[in-house]
Amino acid sequence: MQFDQILQYTLSGLSTGAIYALIGIGFSIIYNATGIINFAQGEFVMLGGLLTLSCMELLKLPLWAAVPCAVAISTVVGVLFERLAIRPLKLPTPINLVIITIGGSILIRGLAMLLWGKDTHTIQPFSGDTPIAIGGATVLPQHLWILAITIIIILVNKVYFYHTISGKAMRACSYNRRAAGLVGIDVKRMVMFSFVISSAMGAMAGIIVAPLTMTAYDVGVMLGLKGFCAAIIGGMSSGLSTVIGGLLLGVLESLGAGLISSGYKDAIAFIILLLILFIRPQGLFGKADSERV
Amino acid sequence: MKRDLLLFVCFSLLIMVAPQLFEGGYLMNVLVFVGINTMLAIALNLLLGYAGQISLGHAGFFGLGAYLSGIMTTTYSMNPWVAMPVAALIVGALAGLIGFPILKLKGHYLAMATLGLGIIIFIVFNETVDLTGGPSGLSAIPNLKLAGLSFDSDVKNYYLIWAFTLAVMLFSINLANSRIGRALRAIHDSEVAAQVLGVNSRVLKVQIFALSAVISSLAGSLYAHTMTFVSPASFGFNFSIELLTMVVIGGLGSIYGSFLGAALLTLLPEFLRGANDYDIVIYGALLMVMVMYMPGGLVRGITSLFSKFVKKSGADHA
Repeated sequence: MQFDQILQYTLSGLSTGAIYALIGIGFSIIYNATGIINFAQGEFVMLGGLLTLSCMELLKLPLWAAVPCAVAISTVVGVLFERLAIRPLKLPTPINLVIITIGGSILIRGLAMLLWGKDTHTIQPFSGDTPIAIGGATVLPQHLWILAITIIIILVNKVYFYHTISGKAMRACSYNRRAAGLVGIDVKRMVMFSFVISSAMGAMAGIIVAPLTMTAYDVGVMLGLKGFCAAIIGGMSSGLSTVIGGLLLGVLESLGAGLISSGYKDAIAFIILLLILFIRPQGLFGKADSERV
Repeated sequence: MKRDLLLFVCFSLLIMVAPQLFEGGYLMNVLVFVGINTMLAIALNLLLGYAGQISLGHAGFFGLGAYLSGIMTTTYSMNPWVAMPVAALIVGALAGLIGFPILKLKGHYLAMATLGLGIIIFIVFNETVDLTGGPSGLSAIPNLKLAGLSFDSDVKNYYLIWAFTLAVMLFSINLANSRIGRALRAIHDSEVAAQVLGVNSRVLKVQIFALSAVISSLAGSLYAHTMTFVSPASFGFNFSIELLTMVVIGGLGSIYGSFLGAALLTLLPEFLRGANDYDIVIYGALLMVMVMYMPGGLVRGITSLFSKFVKKSGADHA
């Protein structure tokens, strides 16, 4: 009985954890390319879900066409954000960057509220909602979709960063921007690319989680913060440690909500965040100066 | 220094006669809030504008002050005048304690950590139903009384709140001009350089963080006693952002700027009554536009525009 419960919480925790991991990687990619923590990261998650919904309802697109459409539009928003808000900043001090990305996130959220209203919306699960029994626990097909898509995205990410010229150039920027510029890498373009990738990933995360949790104009805040928490646990790496960070956070949160109190579910994530920042700001797995891609 | 004092006296006189100009009514209620928000904006400005340390969790300290005062005066029927300093002391001690680990962090990390802290406090307000009444709030908080005079109307509250706000302003102006103020600005410009010159930046940052929390708590207590009702919704993440917007609009490191920012952001929604839902969009846009085009804030921006204009017309005459 007790074991079944724990298995159940762990399984559902893994799928939310996968979402946190995707969002966290989005944070890390921008951070490593630019040194910015993009507070608007969560808004792309929200945009992904709501845009998919609109593509399906207004344009009558089938799901497989609505998803790339939504990702593309969110990516355009991400690029516009970089172009119109971050690049023209005259004094890019950390405080100014924090304030401007917060401003951007509120603006995007506010516009979403005007477009989609304050109601929560649902997206149909990708392939029905007949539960699948695993051991003594059950999972929904959507959980499997989430895990599968997350794995694919992470693999594609890995191939991009290690086996393509532009991915290697981006890694070079994260090691040393000036040196990267000196060997002929267009740093500004790489910064824009980082916004492209992370907004696309955020949007994708928002799409696959929407059938499980529903979506609304304000889901981005919490999801964004949890994603950041995953990235912090992973030491701001865009690789495996952030994925583990996300999964760990998801499972701990799910276990905490199930076994201790569901009201404090969100508090658990932030207490973990504070503890990691206080005790191991370089991340759970990182050496003091770990490789950050 | 003399000029500062003169400016402050003029400002205080203006505040004192303001109720006569507006003839009371609903606007008085809004002006009470301008006072509370000014106090909060100054508290955040001391931290952000002078010491250069961001906090996205100040709504939490504001809420703690309000709830501590509310709980002590209702559940434990304590005298509000006693509850207020006790609440401020507790919040200050808490901020001092958490300040040491949290202020080791810098920039983005500090922003995220304080944000997390604010959200944890907000969740506690919601979840400790026995103590705080949970999401439905805490009601029947008594008004403050002074020698038989109960502060139960908008006009009386106006003078009560502004007496405190003006005291906080005077204190902050003095602090900014003192040795501590200079040390804080040194930390803002370069923490390493400040340390080399003998500023104990670690302790000083924690002290200003605690002071800022104490002022916020005081504003919270006053809020609880004037509103006589508190609920978690007033102390969420959005309010922390609103405070940040006030400080940025008015100008980092400008005390009167904080007043201007607080006044603008408190009055703006009142004038945009119909457009209630748009205010979040406007805050976002304001934050971005200010940082991009007027990073010094309105007070400095207007002053420099004015002096440019004066110089130009002066040149024309010559």
